[in-house]
Amino acid sequence: MSRPETSAELSALYQEMILDHYRRPRNKGVLENADASVEMKNPLCGDEIELQVAFAGDGVTDLRFSGRGCSISQASASMMTQLVKGKNRAEIDSIRNRFRDLMLGTASADDKELGSLRALSGVARFPARVKCALLAWNALESALNARAS
Amino acid sequence: MLRMDRPLPPDLKLRADFPLLAANPGLHYLDSAATSQKPRAVLDALRDFYETANANPHRGAYSLSVRATECYHQARVRVAQFLGVRDSDCLIFTRGTTEGLNLVAGSWGYANVSSGDEIVVTALDHHANFVPWQVLAMRKGARFRVCELTADGKIDLDFLSGLLNNRTKIVAFNHVSNAIGTINPIAELVRLVRQKTDAILVCDGAQSAPHFPVSFDSLGVDFYAFSGHKMLGPMGIGGLIGKRDMLEEMPPYQTGGDMIEFVHDDRTTWNVLPHKFEAGTPNAANAVGLAAAVEYLDRIGMDRVIAHERSLMSIAQERLALIDGLRIYGPAPAERSGVVSFTMNDVHPHDLATILDGEGVCIRAGHHCAQPLMRRLDVPATARASFYVYNDESDIDALVTGILKAREIFAYVET
Repeated sequence: MSRPETSAELSALYQEMILDHYRRPRNKGVLENADASVEMKNPLCGDEIELQVAFAGDGVTDLRFSGRGCSISQASASMMTQLVKGKNRAEIDSIRNRFRDLMLGTASADDKELGSLRALSGVARFPARVKCALLAWNALESALNARAS
Repeated sequence: MLRMDRPLPPDLKLRADFPLLAANPGLHYLDSAATSQKPRAVLDALRDFYETANANPHRGAYSLSVRATECYHQARVRVAQFLGVRDSDCLIFTRGTTEGLNLVAGSWGYANVSSGDEIVVTALDHHANFVPWQVLAMRKGARFRVCELTADGKIDLDFLSGLLNNRTKIVAFNHVSNAIGTINPIAELVRLVRQKTDAILVCDGAQSAPHFPVSFDSLGVDFYAFSGHKMLGPMGIGGLIGKRDMLEEMPPYQTGGDMIEFVHDDRTTWNVLPHKFEAGTPNAANAVGLAAAVEYLDRIGMDRVIAHERSLMSIAQERLALIDGLRIYGPAPAERSGVVSFTMNDVHPHDLATILDGEGVCIRAGHHCAQPLMRRLDVPATARASFYVYNDESDIDALVTGILKAREIFAYVET
């Protein structure tokens, strides 16, 4: 039976930066005067996130998240909030698509645009965990779509 | 009573009987509460049926169909014997526990529950023994009531007593909790419910039939549902056992071929038990596979099965308790089946499962299809290791090694 998780791959998955964001999540909490609020759950594993976003035009001026989940889902959410704050829809879409490609293993971990998110590149080797990394991004997409419509 | 005091070396030396385990010596399968591995005897029985007896049962006038019918019938008799049902026509083959419980809810429930009635389940129940009753209650305007638990994860009998009254129509509970392993005191539950109500008792046996001797005729419940795939049998076969008088009065659950007697343009009459509840071509091959599984279990002896799991569980309990930050849920080991449900510090169960997978250890991480229970334990998820006949102490060694590795990986603290 093939088990992809060598020690090196596990260390790559659980980098210090991920554990740091897991233990000390950035932008966690409630955003007063949010324009959109999205709740998303992964019913298979119980991960849940509530994302609140404030907009100016189609740009994200501020966002916060709450909820609970594994280190991957929490770190991904924390990093996402740092990275998208102050960006407009087109910029966020670009990052989101690149990150998705990274998770699906079709993009390089050297992509500078992804900033701290590159620390999550190890997730691609763990197909069962990709959905954890994408949960916050799916919530953000939903908030952006609600704003656009 | 279960006999749990017999000391046994915790290795039945059966691993070689299980092709998947034999082919993967480094694999430590500790997720049998989700589904069990299958012994060669079961896989052979499936193949043998298709190679020597395959035809549509109850249909043909030719001898091959007669042979298929006979195989299917014998499988029912064998499984009924295993579960202590003298009247084997009262064992309905289903896809598994979920379908068995839905059958009772959809047939007996829809015919007998009305507005103002009450249905009681417990917070220990799996979604399969929770949602069908919740939906039934909503559709009928009945009151759906959930029995609370004691702090150590057992049914709170005083609370249950307070829920029961003359409007209670159904009381549903599991024999053993899949999530934390609690073995419920069926005799006491039956006594309590019978004393205070005329309700029917529905028992989810998914986690009891595989692990210790069960005799339906002496359980005292009205319905008992079980799954074949958790007891060494194939996926997609299981059963519902009921009392004859109730099954005969109940309307059909699904309609179609095989379950009918005469079909006229303006009316249809139903076939006798068990066929009335088995519409369409039955899953004869898997029934034959399930019969082979219970034969295999009987050869081990169900007393030995539970004794083996208990010795493994007590070793696991002892060794896990030594790990700093590890917390085990549920009642004391003496009141549990072979399940250890735990969390470790702030390491999320998914992360634990991923790291354990690296050690070849398969555990379940999540809410175990028991969200109402997880909410009461105040955890989003737990990690669960569950034992069965093919496990031995080396599986616990690997489990402990993996948990220690997870501790190490998560030891990093921001300074």
